[in-house]
Amino acid sequence: MMKAVFRRPKSMFSVPTHYCPGCGHGIIHRLLAEVIDEFGIREKVVGVAPVGCSVLIYNYINCDMYEAAHGRAPAIATGCKRVHPDLIVFTYQGDGDLASIGTAEIVHAATRGENITVLFVNNAVYGMTGGQMAPTTLLGQKTTTSPFGRASKREGYPIRIAEMLATLEGATYVTRVSVHSPRAIIAAKRALKKAFEIQINGLGFSLVEFLSQCPTGWGISPTEATKWVEEKMIPYFPLGEFKVPKSEKSLK
Amino acid sequence: MSEKVLITGNEAIGEAAIQAGCRFFFGYPITPQNTIPEYLSYRLPQVGGCFVQAESEIAAIYMVFGAAGAGARVLTSSSGPGISLKQEGISYIAAAELPCVIVNVMRGGPGLGGILPSQSDYFQATKGGGHGDYHLLVLAPSTVQETVNLVMDAFDLADKYCNPVMVLADGYIGQMMEPVEFKKRPSKELLAKDWAVTGAKNRPRSLIKSLYLNPEELEQHNLKLHKKYLEMAEYEVRVETYLTSDAEIIIAAYGTVARISKTAIKILREKGIKVGLVRPITVFPFPYKTFADISEKVDDVLVVEMSLGQMIEDVKLGVCGRAKVHFYGRVGGMVPTYDEIVREVDKIKESKA
Repeated sequence: MMKAVFRRPKSMFSVPTHYCPGCGHGIIHRLLAEVIDEFGIREKVVGVAPVGCSVLIYNYINCDMYEAAHGRAPAIATGCKRVHPDLIVFTYQGDGDLASIGTAEIVHAATRGENITVLFVNNAVYGMTGGQMAPTTLLGQKTTTSPFGRASKREGYPIRIAEMLATLEGATYVTRVSVHSPRAIIAAKRALKKAFEIQINGLGFSLVEFLSQCPTGWGISPTEATKWVEEKMIPYFPLGEFKVPKSEKSLK
Repeated sequence: MSEKVLITGNEAIGEAAIQAGCRFFFGYPITPQNTIPEYLSYRLPQVGGCFVQAESEIAAIYMVFGAAGAGARVLTSSSGPGISLKQEGISYIAAAELPCVIVNVMRGGPGLGGILPSQSDYFQATKGGGHGDYHLLVLAPSTVQETVNLVMDAFDLADKYCNPVMVLADGYIGQMMEPVEFKKRPSKELLAKDWAVTGAKNRPRSLIKSLYLNPEELEQHNLKLHKKYLEMAEYEVRVETYLTSDAEIIIAAYGTVARISKTAIKILREKGIKVGLVRPITVFPFPYKTFADISEKVDDVLVVEMSLGQMIEDVKLGVCGRAKVHFYGRVGGMVPTYDEIVREVDKIKESKA
């Protein structure tokens, strides 16, 4: 008898994505849909889409959704969750969105301990607007607005969001993962599942930072891009859990 | 509650919102509207509602976006500089067609300006305010009682049009105490919000958005919004006319200034000068027709504002050259007195003698 070993998650629409070859968004979307399916929560999930390449995430994930203005997704999620505490609310945000224009919103959603889950996709560049410098662009990295390579004296340092938010009392779970290899993707899914579990159990704010590839924005091939994550990004943005629930046992 | 209570305009705004079924408030402190959030921070929990002091006016307006999108009646309030910060979100709310109520207790500007009453935000309130082609429905009360009534109406109008409604008050109305009655309204069934984000259970999913990359689609969306504004102009115009039937000169004023103008009119009429008042209650949609009609009967209209001339532009559009439009304004937190208004009318009268 034939056994299906691979199928599209139920929470994903059956459409091709608009993402470039080698982009990490498609992988992260799929992980999100798998986690929603595995918890069986699609009918009570609400997503908040960002501005940037992944603004169209609502074309791919089949659940109730808002489309936010740049950086404001955590405030919209706050408004929704306060009205419907029983819904499972997530935001999906890129690095320009969350770590630059929306720093106030993410910091204060975390410090209030909003019971929401944040998927933060860090690919060290502005994708949709055409490859400009991001707050997470690495030192030396060339972008269309740091054409000489990012220099700390001129453009400052790349910002480590996970480490920064982990200092906040209000944040319950903060972790950084990557999607540059099958092994990393499996670990990323585990982290995302934990983040949603924390929300489902009412334990508070959870954030998963995904290091992700942007071959187009980086001007290299998809294969080279996965190497670049491994060799350049991970040394500056180390993977791991920066904040875990005070009592891991409280997770059922 | 049917007996009269003595209450400030700001607190009355908070209580009126609660009595209109609003259970969510998101805001950020700014003078002279602080007693609205202060009042709601203890009143909302008493009625099972939720008050959040946001990290900024920007965050506050997006919390409103989230709550309105989730189907709740929701309020935010601020003043000049804070309303400016909210403009981005107000544009998104108008674009996404979400109902909510925004109160602006106006103070003097530009910039940080001052904290005393002003009508300096008329353009911002009535001409869109943020980016894009949109309008708010804007209600301008002139007494605390009227503020209460209009705040309650504002929630119904927001739901009816799926559009943000602004209550445009000023520091005087916010801080002034007056006896007020919170009239029980006939309990109406609230409009169903089947578009709201509530979890896609047994229905296709809801999507609240404002992005239309296809120009044909965006044009259709713009036309759909525009149709609502035309409907508002047809059905929602509110205006008070006071002693206009025999008037030879008309004063045009809204809000606090309209009250002061009534005193001036009384004095002028005692002197034998027949003056009337046209007071727009909705400043968007604007009562152009009232001014068109009045301009057939009088030669002079005096616009009085706590600005250097903002509503006057709409008055001129209504009058359309058929009468002479004069202006008197005080700014910076200075308020026109009734004797100043009397003097301005006297000047018009003398120039014709």
